[in-house]
Amino acid sequence: MGIAAEAIKDFKGFNLKNMPEVEPLSSGHRACQGCGEILALRQAMKALGTNVVVCSATGCMEIVTSPFPQTAWNVPWIHVAFENTSAVVSGVEAAYKAMNRKGKINQPDVTFLAYGGDGSTADIGIQALSGALERGHNFIYICLDNEAYMNTGIQRSSSTPWGASTTTSPAGKYSKGQSTWKKNMPAIAVAHEIPYVATASPAYPVDLMNKVKKASMIPGPAYLHFYSPCPTGWRCGGDESVAVARLAVQSKVFPLYEVIDGQYVLSRKVAKPKPISEYFKMQRRFRHLTETDVQMIQERIDAEYAELLKKCGVEA
Amino acid sequence: MGKRIGVEVSIAAAEAAALADVDVIAAYPITPQTHIVEHLSELVADGHLDAEFIPVESEHSAMSCCIGSSAAGARTFTATSSQGYALMSEICYIASSMRLPIVMTVANRALSAPISIWNDHADMMMSRDTGWIQTVAENGQEVVDLIFHAFKVGEDHRVLLPVQVNLDGFILSHMIEPIHMPDKAEVDAYLPPYKPAMRLDPAHPVSMGPVGMPDIYTEAKMAQDQALRNSKAVIVEAWKEFGDKFGRYYKPVETYKTEDAETIIVSMGSISETAMTAADALRAKGKKVGVARIRLWRPFPEAELFEPVKGAKNLVVLDRAMNFSGGDTGILGGEVKSVLFDQNHHPSLRNFFVGLGGRDITVQNFEEMVEKASANGGKPVPYEIINVRD
Ligand SMILES: Cc1ncc(C[n+]2csc(CCOP(=O)(O)OP(=O)(O)O)c2C)c(N)n1
Ligand code: SF4
Ligand SMILES: [Mg+2]
Repeated sequence: MGIAAEAIKDFKGFNLKNMPEVEPLSSGHRACQGCGEILALRQAMKALGTNVVVCSATGCMEIVTSPFPQTAWNVPWIHVAFENTSAVVSGVEAAYKAMNRKGKINQPDVTFLAYGGDGSTADIGIQALSGALERGHNFIYICLDNEAYMNTGIQRSSSTPWGASTTTSPAGKYSKGQSTWKKNMPAIAVAHEIPYVATASPAYPVDLMNKVKKASMIPGPAYLHFYSPCPTGWRCGGDESVAVARLAVQSKVFPLYEVIDGQYVLSRKVAKPKPISEYFKMQRRFRHLTETDVQMIQERIDAEYAELLKKCGVEA
Repeated sequence: MGKRIGVEVSIAAAEAAALADVDVIAAYPITPQTHIVEHLSELVADGHLDAEFIPVESEHSAMSCCIGSSAAGARTFTATSSQGYALMSEICYIASSMRLPIVMTVANRALSAPISIWNDHADMMMSRDTGWIQTVAENGQEVVDLIFHAFKVGEDHRVLLPVQVNLDGFILSHMIEPIHMPDKAEVDAYLPPYKPAMRLDPAHPVSMGPVGMPDIYTEAKMAQDQALRNSKAVIVEAWKEFGDKFGRYYKPVETYKTEDAETIIVSMGSISETAMTAADALRAKGKKVGVARIRLWRPFPEAELFEPVKGAKNLVVLDRAMNFSGGDTGILGGEVKSVLFDQNHHPSLRNFFVGLGGRDITVQNFEEMVEKASANGGKPVPYEIINVRD
């Protein structure tokens, strides 16, 4: 049995009856209505509880939770810069390790969490993240993927999907919007051969919280990739973000899975997949796409999903 | 009791950090800093030092790890040079703004391009405005002593600032020098354990590094500036205590034969040893020359610098980094002029750029500079690069 499988073999999950009441990330933050990032982060924090140190990258979730002298954090939290949260958490974890060993403190069970947006994770902070994963620090990394740099005004990132119109990949006469395919961050994390990688969505809160809890039980690095709708940047209604998130899973755009000790495990198989056009229709960032474009994207999504099923050993 | 040993200065610097019982070291190799961090990782590997050594993937991450570690309450050390400093500089500003007492040695080296591994002060000048306390060593003994002093001052609750100890790359870092290494008990008697003012602790949650809106940013910067200015008293106090315990007394500006000097050379770092040799050579020829060496670079010791130089007719100010088209003076030259202006004092001043990217500087060069300063007659003259081919 691998490290991760061993650590979670007696894991008992959350369900709607045993939801923890604790709110380490409290209301009163300044996120937009319907923000998928803050929703996912709140669910994650409920799963982790309060014996945790949180390291934040610059981005929406830093800005909206920490306007001095207010803070939405009921747990220790530190923000340093945009691209270095994985290095900051490495330092925190190492400090706890050294101080516990030297008898300067007696706090052996603290969980260390770092989070960043997709820009912070897949672009400017990928080096620091790779370093921290490779060195094997005992921490959880959460990528809050809203598929663009939202904090600075909806610029494209390498996690923006093909065809999405952003302020630096605008749709126009000679442009379909984003002209590259979304970077596969979970696969990059898996390539580091860390014990645990998972994808999750705030539309499936129990699944998300269980994955966070497992990540906290597993020694070594864990990478979690959260699909996080941004009504402001995706141009959908604030009351629609959970519906969009659910549709992303149901249309195979954002499949939910775990990679435990390198083994892919599908979290839920999409029985009757919805066409991607339904998902696109809810978001005005895709409204310029033609039927042919949508067809081409659908083929790519189908192929990617088939590939994933194969990795998970699930029949198509 | 400690002992006097012949040792490479980099090794001694690492031993000093170990004697300070650092908890976390995060560092990335760059010449000429490498021997410091190599020796630290060796000390950890051999069990001589109980610490976490984080072999980070960049200097940017080194300083970021240091921030995380220091904020978690651990005594934290790193070292770098030149391009490494340049890469981490974004985070250096944040370390001082977050008031974290990290200690870093910088083995001073030129900045690219052209790439040069050799010594000058370009990295030190680049770090000037980061809000760190900065000291500059002249010899190996000073490097060791300044490291103990750095932890003592930075961690003092009246200060809480990071400290950068500068030492000239190769010229100091790779020299074998006779150095008195104190023993653990002596260091412990001088340097108490680090007690953070606050730390990242689930039992006492704090938020560090929040957003500062326009209604608070100016006040935050003012408080930070005051902390750095106020640190001078603690720096001097900690040097006094160091002298009383170890018998080696330090002050912000060191002087050599300045009392009766007509010409004073103002310098920083190991070049001051050549300057003192030159002063003696010139004195043998009947020229009254002295040296004022700046040991405390930040907070800048205005009064302590003016005091020894105020009687001199001529000043030779040495800059060891470029100040591209920044008016008629170099960086140190400008600082010295500003002190003189405030005192309404107008000696004959010449500002020279010397020893860039490892260029040797000889006693003859000093004679030439002193000659030029004496001959100038008080007219403002732009800086001049010494010992340069046309
Ligand atoms: C070194 C640096 N470059 C650029 C920025 C500007 N910046 C701040 S947040 C941000 C985008 C954040 O995007 P992402 O990580 O996806 O987080 P989101 O805001 O979407 O949650 C950018 C470009 C910065 N703060 N620091
Ligand atoms: S812009 Fe988007 S990600 Fe940022 S707070 Fe608003 S909804 Fe959330
Ligand atoms: Mg984003």
